[in-house]
Formats: sequence, structure tokens, C-alpha cells
Amino acid sequence: MDILNAFAMFANFVLIPATAYGAQLALGALGVTLIFGILRFANFAHGELMSFGAMATILATWGLQGMGVSIHPLPTALLALPVGILAAITVALLSDRFVYRFYRHNRASPITFAMASIGLMFLLAGLIRFIIGPQHQHFADGERFLISAFEFRELTGLSQGIAIRQTQVITFVVALVVMAALFWFLQKTKSGKAMRAYSDNEDLSLLSGINPDRVVMIAWMITAALAATAATLYGLDKVYQPFIFLQMLLPIFAATILGGIGQPVGAILGAFVVAYSEVMVTYAFRQVVGLLGPADWVPDSMLQLMSTNYKFAVSFIILVVVLLVRPTGIIRGKVIER
Amino acid sequence: MTSRGALYFAIMAVVLIGTGIFQSWNVAFGILMMCMISAIMALGVNIQWGYGGLLNFGVMGFTALGGLTAMLVSYPPVPEAWAAGGSGIMLSLLLLLATVAAVMVARRKVPAQYKTLTTVVLIIAGFFLIRVFYLPAVDRIEAVNPGETGFLGGLGLPIIISWVLGGLVAAGAAWLIGKVALGLRADYLAIATLGIAEIIIAILKYEDWLTRGVKNVTGLPRPAPPQTEVMLAHWFVSINDFFGMDETRAAIALALKVIYVVLFLIVLVTIFWFSERALKSPWGRMMRAIRDNRDAAAAMGKNVTHRHLQVFVLGCAVVGVAGAMLTTLDGQLTPTTYIPLRYTFLIWVMVILGGSGNNWGAVLGGFIIWFVWVQSEPFGHWFMANVTMAMSEDNWLRNHLISGAVYMRYVLMGLILLTVLRFAPSGLIPERSKHSS
Repeated sequence: MDILNAFAMFANFVLIPATAYGAQLALGALGVTLIFGILRFANFAHGELMSFGAMATILATWGLQGMGVSIHPLPTALLALPVGILAAITVALLSDRFVYRFYRHNRASPITFAMASIGLMFLLAGLIRFIIGPQHQHFADGERFLISAFEFRELTGLSQGIAIRQTQVITFVVALVVMAALFWFLQKTKSGKAMRAYSDNEDLSLLSGINPDRVVMIAWMITAALAATAATLYGLDKVYQPFIFLQMLLPIFAATILGGIGQPVGAILGAFVVAYSEVMVTYAFRQVVGLLGPADWVPDSMLQLMSTNYKFAVSFIILVVVLLVRPTGIIRGKVIER
Repeated sequence: MTSRGALYFAIMAVVLIGTGIFQSWNVAFGILMMCMISAIMALGVNIQWGYGGLLNFGVMGFTALGGLTAMLVSYPPVPEAWAAGGSGIMLSLLLLLATVAAVMVARRKVPAQYKTLTTVVLIIAGFFLIRVFYLPAVDRIEAVNPGETGFLGGLGLPIIISWVLGGLVAAGAAWLIGKVALGLRADYLAIATLGIAEIIIAILKYEDWLTRGVKNVTGLPRPAPPQTEVMLAHWFVSINDFFGMDETRAAIALALKVIYVVLFLIVLVTIFWFSERALKSPWGRMMRAIRDNRDAAAAMGKNVTHRHLQVFVLGCAVVGVAGAMLTTLDGQLTPTTYIPLRYTFLIWVMVILGGSGNNWGAVLGGFIIWFVWVQSEPFGHWFMANVTMAMSEDNWLRNHLISGAVYMRYVLMGLILLTVLRFAPSGLIPERSKHSS
């Protein structure tokens, strides 16, 4: 019973939150890895692209709520998500048309691209704060729990409950559906194959008649859709606040590089490794271990490796270790020429 | 510097003087001081990016380290806290140094196949050993009068010393970080340094025993007497009463600002002079050779990794000096104010706009961007207030537009950066190369 209790506690505080977080990171990292693979640069504006999509979703949610539209018990934001996706796609395509296309045609260095993405980051950050303001927004209006800790305890008779928030389930289900659709697209459709070919070898794919502008356009559309979805899910699960997205860039990049650049499967793996490490390293295992030991005993120390405030450090350490030990990532990704 | 460059600087001077005449001299000098600090930061980034081609997106972290040093040097020590946990902290620090030293020795002596294993074991052992002494000491220190101190305090020395020490601390950190992260590809280095900066800020925010964390350390001593103190001083009040003039107050405030301006100018000129000398020396030529073609430079026998480390450390030291000056000017250490857009990417806009690889350009970029950054706020308010004139006072759109106007400065910075990159990628004052002269 105690082992079960310990597991319930572990699941409640580590496994479930980390899985939801990992799914959100994975959707973000998939976008970064696609752009890294196709356009061959680190997109520092990706966080703001996510933020923009979530912002549009929130505005649409407010609009729907104002009209009295509701899909209770699900959050209204799910209904509004297509608006966010469209907004993010618009931003991505406009930025490609007016910023990146010029450098692409001039075959500029990845550094120039990255620097241009900093410019876009400023631009989007300003627009977002201008439109919705810098403060945080709660917009999850659905049912709070799928199963609350109390119900779980009643149901199983354990002393520790597992609470499953509705937003966590939604995150996981939506992420699964989106990923499945993405892999189907990349593996089965002509455009998807063209994208993979372009990512593998640009010159060879051009020789076989693949239209680069089309590939790039599709890559941006997918990336933006993933970004808007990821940020909306994150906002539903936790809270939406503009400044968070610059900080989220670090775990997302860590996941991308860990998984191998241009490798969608790697990005998902990497995202879950980063998410689980982040939560486990900063969780105090004191009570979990206490449940496993003799009755009424708890360890003296908190059994917490690092305070929660240093969760950036986890992504950073993963990043540096990967770059030093296996720079190509878990699944051998491409090494882009400088 | 070319005549075009001189023209830009002349325009900048006219604009600053215009601010003095049309707004107020206090505002103008306030902007000038921040312009000079920004220029020093831009010089630091220019040393790394313009000379060496290193992409450091961790400027914020090194600025904060300089600021931390300023606080640690100037704030009076808290003897009770030292008695409570000083020995524990010192022991932890020594153990930390010992761990680092052990790792470095091990990496030299241990045979290659056990290198990674030994490093990992040493780091883990050090981590747990340090915690044994560190955690209780921290608890004891933070329990000492948490409302007012709750931290170790500083050394109680004149704050101006920290301008040098801040540079040294930032350089030390840069050396450690560079040892690990340099040698990465350019954009990976950017990502890694972005992360390091966040970690440094997290340390400043949450290690209360060191910085009081989000409770901030205020009232740092100044190199010049603070304005309010002078105004309340006995002699000043009597002079003021005697003349019965209000202008005297403003004059004193201005005189104090002039002291800062002179101090900052000395630092700026010194750093600039050394940077120029370095750039024009054989060392500068070597750095540019490495930047432009590292393989060729390596083939010519240049040790690229060492040079990169050197230029990274130098650049970070300059940023650290600027960080210490900034905290001196603010008179307080407020860790929550360090955000990447303002302290990392804004500096990059300065360098790119001014012209990377050119020190005059970096300084000019620092001046222009800071001026635009500061002045866009009142301008944005004025603009929005005029645009929405026709709307009623309590119109939600009008209020939203006016309150959001301040964020248009981000949009403006983005537009400046994108425009420069597209239409004048070498900046306002381009780098001088053999071909053009």
C-alpha cells in the first residue's frame, strides 16, 4: 500500500505535470527543429511567435465568451484555437516574405538569419505587449479537474490522491493528435517528402525539381500552427504571460539540440527528457521517500537537488553536456556549416 | 573616424543639447550618463562580435555580475550575519574552488577513456559535499533580521573600486563559462550564453544570503553625495534660504550629475583608447583574421580557441565595468529589473546599428539607441494622446492605446534592427578595412 501511495504522490507531483509540460515543449521544439532543418538557423523569435498565437486565441476566447458561446465542460479556448493558429501563420508568412526571403535568396549566413530573428522578436514582443498588455491572463474556463485528489482517494482508498487536471489531459490529447498528423504529413504526403528531402540535402532536392519557396512556406505554416497550439496549451495549463516565452526558448532549444537538429522524433524525445529532468531535479522527494520507509518516518533533508528557481540551469546543463559529448543529438541530426 | 562619422556625432551632440534646452538640462544629463554606460556595454559586445565574431547573448548576466560586485564592495558588512554563517559560506566557497581545481587537474592527468567519468564523479561529490556546509549557513544568515538585512552585506569600501572589481568578477565568470562553452558553433554559443545569463539572474534573485534577492539592496553609497542629502544639508538649506531662489536646487542637482558625467567619461575614454589600440595592433589584425576565416588562421598557427577565450573574457570584463557603473548610478541592486530584451538584445541593436567591428560605431550606436529608447516613451504618449484626441476621456480604446504606447519602443527597436540588417548591414560607421582606405 505504501509503495502505491508513494507512486500516487510521485505521479501527482512529478509524472503528470512533467508529461503535460513535456508535451507543450515538444510542440514548440518541433517548430524550432523544422525551421532549423529547412532554413538552417536558430529562430530566436519562436517564443514570441508562440506568444502571438496564444494572444490571438485569448482575444478570440474573450470574443466567444462575450457572445455567450461555450463548449462547457471543455474550455472555450479550444474553439478559439484556430483563430490563434491563423494569426500565427499570418505572422510567420509575413515575416518570411518581408524579412527572411531576402536573406534566403542571398544565401546569407545562419548568423544573419538569427540576428534578423532578434529584430522580429523585438517587433512581436512590442506588438504583443501593446495589444494585450504585459500582465498575466487566465483564460481556462472549462471544468477544472477530470478527477480530483479527493475523488481519487475515495475511489482507491489510498491516502495519497492523484489529481488530474482537465487541461493536462487536453494538452496530452491535443499534442498526440497534432504529432500524429505531423508525422503522417511528413511520411505520406508529397509535400512532406519534399520537405524531408529539402532538409536532408538542399542542392539535391533542388535538382529534382522541388520548389524551395513552397517547402519554406509549408514549413512556416506548420511551425506557426504548432507554436500557437503549444502556447495556448501552456497558457491553459498554467498561465499566459508575455515574458515567459523568452525564457521558454531555452528548454525548447535544449530539446531541439538534444534530439538532433531537423529530427522531429528527436525533438519530441528531447522535450520529454528536458521536462522530466527539470521537474525531477527540482522536486523535493522527502515525502515520497518517507512513504516508502517505515511508518511515521520522513528523511531529515528535503531530498531536493536544486531549488525550483534554478530550473533554467537544468536545461542549460543538458544543452552544454549534449553539445560537448554528442553535438549531433540523440538521433543523429545535421551539422550545419558555419 | 571618417567625416561622416564625425557628422553623426555632431548631430547626436546637437540633439542632446536640444533636449537640454527644450526639455531640461537634468533630463539631458540623465540621458547622457546612460548613453555613456550603454556605449561602454556596446564596446564590450563589439570586442567579442566585431573583433572575434563571437555571438554572446548573455550580456545581461555579465551586467548583473558587475552590479552585484558594486553592491558587495560598497554595502557595509552585517557582522551578525557573518557571525551566524560566514564561516559556513567561506568553507563552501573554498570547497567550490577545490572542486573546480580538482576537475581541472583531473582533466589534464586522467587518461582519456576515464576523463568524462572522473569529471562527473568529482562534480557530483563536490556538489553534495558543499551542500553539507552551505545549506545550514544560508538558513542561519537569512534568519538574521530578515526585514532589514538577512544577508552578509558587503565590504563597506568606496563604490568606485567596484568599477574595476566588477570587470574582474565578470572576467572570471567569463573565463569559466568560456572554458566550457567556447568552441561551440556560433549560434549554439548564443543559445548557451542566453541560458547562462538566466542562471546568473536566478542566482541574484533567489540567493537571499548574497543579494537579499527580490527584497533588493537599496541605499548604496555614491561616489558623489546624493542629491537629496545635499538638499537637506545644513549649509545648503541656509544658502538656499539666504538667496531665496529655487534655481539653486536645480543647479546643485545638475552639478552632481556633472560629477558623474566626468567620472563616466574618464572610464569611457580609457576603455575606448585601449580598444582602439588593441584593434590596430597585430593582435587586432590576428583577431579579424580568425573572425573572417578561422580555418586559414588556424592553419597559419594561430591558436583559435585561446584567442576566442581571450576576446570573450575581455568583452565580458568591459560589460561588467558598465554593469557596476549602472548600479552605482541607480544606487540600488534590483535583480528583477534585469530582463534580456533591455540588457542583452538592446545592446546588440546598438552594436549592429553603429557598425560592428568599429569602436566609434559602437559608441555612436550606444548613444543613438539609448536616446531613442528613452525618448520614445514620452513621444509615444504624446503621439497616442494626439491620435486619440477625438475620443472621449473614458473611451477604453483611447486608454488602452495610451497605456500601451510605452511598448511601441520594442517595435521601434525591432524595426531599426531589421532595417539596418537589410539596407546597411555594416552599420552607420562601417568597419575600416584595407580595401576602402
